[in-house]
Amino acid sequence: MARSLSPRRKMMMTLSAWTVALIIFFPVLWMILTSFKTEVSAVASPPQLFTADWTLDNYAEVWARSDYPRFFWNSVVISVGSTLLGLAIAIPAAWAMAFVPGKRTKDLLMWMLSTKMMPAVAVMIPIYLIFLRTGLIDTRIGLVIALMLMNLPIIIWMLYTYFKEIPAEILEASRMDGASLWGEIVYVLTPMALPGIASTCLLNIILAWNEAFWTIVLTTTKAAPLSAFIASFSAPQGLFYAKLSAASAMAIMPILILGWFSQKQLVRGLTFGAVK
Amino acid sequence: MATQSSRLAARLMVAPSVIVLLVWMAIPLAMAIYYSFRLYRLISPERTGWVGFRNYTWFINSPEFWMAISNTLLLVGGVLAITIVFGTLIALLIDQPIWGQGPLRILVISPFFVMPPVAASIWENLFMHPQNGMFASFAQGLGMKPILFMESYPMASVIFIVAWEWLPFATLILLTALQSLSSEQLEAAEMDGASAVSRFRYIILPHMTRAITVVILIQTIFLLGIFGEIFTTTQGGPGSASTTLPYMIFKQAIAAKDIGRAAAGGIIAVILANIVAYFLMRGIGRHLDA
Amino acid sequence: MGQITLNQVRKSFGEVDVIPGVDLDIKDGEFVVFVGPSGCGKSTLLRLIAGLEDTTSGTISIDGKDATALPPAKRGLAMVFQSYALYPHMSVKKNIGFPLKMAGMDPAEAEKRIQRAASVLNLTNYLDRKPGQLSGGQRQRVAIGRAIVREPAAFLFDEPLSNLDAALRVGMRQEISELHQSLKTTMIYVTHDQVEAMTMADKIVVLNAGRIEQVGSPLDLYHNPKNVFVAGFIGSPKMNLIEGPEAAKHGAHTIGARPEHITVGDGPWEGVVGLSEHLGSDSFIKVDVPGIGIINVRGSGELGVHHGDRVKLNPAGKIHRFDANGLALA
Repeated sequence: MARSLSPRRKMMMTLSAWTVALIIFFPVLWMILTSFKTEVSAVASPPQLFTADWTLDNYAEVWARSDYPRFFWNSVVISVGSTLLGLAIAIPAAWAMAFVPGKRTKDLLMWMLSTKMMPAVAVMIPIYLIFLRTGLIDTRIGLVIALMLMNLPIIIWMLYTYFKEIPAEILEASRMDGASLWGEIVYVLTPMALPGIASTCLLNIILAWNEAFWTIVLTTTKAAPLSAFIASFSAPQGLFYAKLSAASAMAIMPILILGWFSQKQLVRGLTFGAVK
Repeated sequence: MATQSSRLAARLMVAPSVIVLLVWMAIPLAMAIYYSFRLYRLISPERTGWVGFRNYTWFINSPEFWMAISNTLLLVGGVLAITIVFGTLIALLIDQPIWGQGPLRILVISPFFVMPPVAASIWENLFMHPQNGMFASFAQGLGMKPILFMESYPMASVIFIVAWEWLPFATLILLTALQSLSSEQLEAAEMDGASAVSRFRYIILPHMTRAITVVILIQTIFLLGIFGEIFTTTQGGPGSASTTLPYMIFKQAIAAKDIGRAAAGGIIAVILANIVAYFLMRGIGRHLDA
Repeated sequence: MGQITLNQVRKSFGEVDVIPGVDLDIKDGEFVVFVGPSGCGKSTLLRLIAGLEDTTSGTISIDGKDATALPPAKRGLAMVFQSYALYPHMSVKKNIGFPLKMAGMDPAEAEKRIQRAASVLNLTNYLDRKPGQLSGGQRQRVAIGRAIVREPAAFLFDEPLSNLDAALRVGMRQEISELHQSLKTTMIYVTHDQVEAMTMADKIVVLNAGRIEQVGSPLDLYHNPKNVFVAGFIGSPKMNLIEGPEAAKHGAHTIGARPEHITVGDGPWEGVVGLSEHLGSDSFIKVDVPGIGIINVRGSGELGVHHGDRVKLNPAGKIHRFDANGLALA
């Protein structure tokens, strides 16, 4: 509903919108700036936006003191793995709900979503014990499974809303053209829903990357991703602000950049089909 | 709209999702129910046995419990209110024809990508810390005593941090809804003599109902389980001032090492979450496109 | 070959009988049009033949073989949808070739067939485009191309022209008719537009509320409608249907006179002209005749009557007579 404004009003609107946006963004910016300061200037009072003695030492020290590549790689494997596994289970389910809806379809979707409302803490001990006994504790595959299950309802819901936008006639046409169910899904549905599948993927990678409960509960060292890395870093405190900031930046940067590039598709997917 | 064979295929294709979710819920839940009736303390593992509802009555009679319930509701309600009100205002502002809308959206969405422990630690250390935080510096600059955020206003601080994390989500969804509103509708209303306020009240707000529904539903799902932010900042304190239900259960399990009580608390939390879920789904689920 | 027989085919959705039970014979090579008002079940009937819906009971056989339980892919039929249902992510060539790919046809042979179909449909220059870059008429042709490459036993068309504008519709109508003449394959065509039915069909099936009201050639339906519904549905403008004393004079409950069979001049009915439309080639007038009602008349372009004129009408042509149940009287 964008409408034209007089240049003066446009200027004012631009200024106020940018002010608000910068305030929202400021903590992230401040963290990034702090990560390049020495520990002394990081706590300087009054705070300095920029310092003369900027340095990369904090990053070097965090890198040296921790096994960042391993945490990073664990994060990648766990978030991408759980998303792909989730898609493999969710695509058929979303196909069924979108194109062969029954009276119970909506209830089923709501039930799936409601499983996400179950407080994770409530089942923390049982799941910890199950993982311990099955040897899944502190393994990447264990976290892939756990996070896939955490996010499965969201994946199904998002795919469902995307699939529903595809006209059923096109799938019927493929059936008339001799496609089997497999052909229908592989050659017609999936390529047509590719933008939707991509933004579902992105959101779930982000959710999995940022998950900080199960990743901490279910890992110790081997499979710990970046969320566990940062939790271990903030624990000793000691007021190493610059180093804490550097570690934080290293933990969030990959996903922040991915998110920046894909924010358009992401927001569209986040509306869950309720906003066109 | 379909044939029997496709309905059968549909059942088969939904089945894996339903089965894994059912298993993921049912088995841990069954175990939690079992433990909730048992005496099971990690400190004294040799003492076991059935204790009836004693774990439950301890939990409910604990003064911390009601505190935790009200804190949980305060957290969910507070964050929802802040994000929806400010999200709407910011969305209205960004929706104006301004320069640099693209980069501006990138700035606004950024907090959504920051993982909760990092978000909490940035705010706690770099901003709210009573000695070295930026707010303390400002207070000193103005000759005031620094505010002890985590000690004096623990719940408000946690709500503020969580609201910062979720504000982008609300803003961008509401913005998407705003942008789908046709300008013709607004122009027609203007021709009909509607003021800016009545245009908002009678045209823009009804148009955004579905978007607000989505914001409430999705945020509630995530907010009910908020844990990391409290763990990183106040640890539920001082005392139980910022203990939510999930955090109270966590304390029982990890600090008190009483698995039985923690399990009972978990079951109570599941029941309460189901009640919330029921009303949420009944109340606003119909707005969703399902 | 494309001979299709429906035997007591019934379809119900829950409690509702959409198709209460239909018998129909479609001969090989016939152009059959299902026509009726919206919601009459014509599309459902087509989808039952296609296999996109299950029959509740009854049998459908194609070329003598029972196809009732076969999935759509196994029936050897091709369908053109109302929305064309093209695959938006595939080029025109891939769209047309999709059924061949699904059938596992040798790519060289498939290529030959695609080229042949493209040249018949004037699509040769568009083979590399995506459906989104085509006009409505071209999309329609791609949909037809996708149907013909398979060399199906029969073509099914589900209101294929309703998304086109009026001028294009006439052109496509002729193209489909010509296609039928050259392929000589059975075609089943669903439409709500009786003009399409009259101009294209060898055989029209008039449906109403899931029942077949009448089956026959276009002119047969025009001249000898079996009942009031068919009489009113076939022909444009609609037949005038008159009840009451005027009908009783002819020994019927209802009588019908087509607008083009009524002349203006001298005659038994007298009334005032309400609306008059002069199209040059024809004139359409509505006359309010006391005791009978509004009578539509189609006259020549030179008919010089206007709003407010008092005229006399003569039902000179055939008077159709129907009994109280709406059935035609001999």
